[in-house]
Amino acid sequence: MRNKTWACAVVVVLAQVLGNFFLKRGMPADLPSPLSYITVLFRPWVALGVTLLIVWLLSRMTLLSWADLSYVLPVTSLGYVFVAFLGRWLLDERISATRWAGILLIVAGVALVGGASAPQTWRGSSSGGAS
Amino acid sequence: MKWLLIAIIVASTSVGEVLQAIGMRRHGEIRDFRPGALGRAAGALARNLVVIGSVVAMAVSFFAYLGLLTFCDLSFAVPVTAVTYVIETVLAKYVLKERVNWLRWVGAAIVLGGVTLVSL
Repeated sequence: MRNKTWACAVVVVLAQVLGNFFLKRGMPADLPSPLSYITVLFRPWVALGVTLLIVWLLSRMTLLSWADLSYVLPVTSLGYVFVAFLGRWLLDERISATRWAGILLIVAGVALVGGASAPQTWRGSSSGGAS
Repeated sequence: MKWLLIAIIVASTSVGEVLQAIGMRRHGEIRDFRPGALGRAAGALARNLVVIGSVVAMAVSFFAYLGLLTFCDLSFAVPVTAVTYVIETVLAKYVLKERVNWLRWVGAAIVLGGVTLVSL
């Protein structure tokens, strides 16, 4: 159960981080009309980002089918942090000291929540056996 | 405009995730990962009204996020939406009736502090 949970969580985080990165990579500086919100989805980088975010959604739904939302959220929110590093290194975004501090605080909060408690199923641990 | 989009993203994501958790619990645990079984699970989920509601909420969140990405740094847009994490912990406790221990609450508060710093 624990290995399955972690493997699924890794897929969720990777898909989220890379999906957001490619989305930003392909996004124009302006979306002038409602129609442009649709047409932008056909730009190659944006399409790749959307595909990865669909993988994120599906893998996350799968994970949520056996793990608590209050467990899934902190573990997968690590992706929020990795994505900031990609922004800094690959998109040349300037990140102030205050923002890095905020990102570190998010890491600390996530580590506290995720590390403090083992994965649990919502039915309780007694239901895990084969029938 | 920036904060309006962020508010839309946070609200619709939180509602969408809670609906998703409720819908997946009603469906039950996915244990069979063969393509046919996954297809049948996807078919059943596509007829689950709670799951459909969650997808609609996620779509609203997604297009608001696209709008935000046109003029905000990725390193701002993504961490600032982590505030949904705090709201969802509250919803997990009071709507989903999950057990949330005090360490998780402390962690949620620290994440909130981090998001505040990111948005300064």
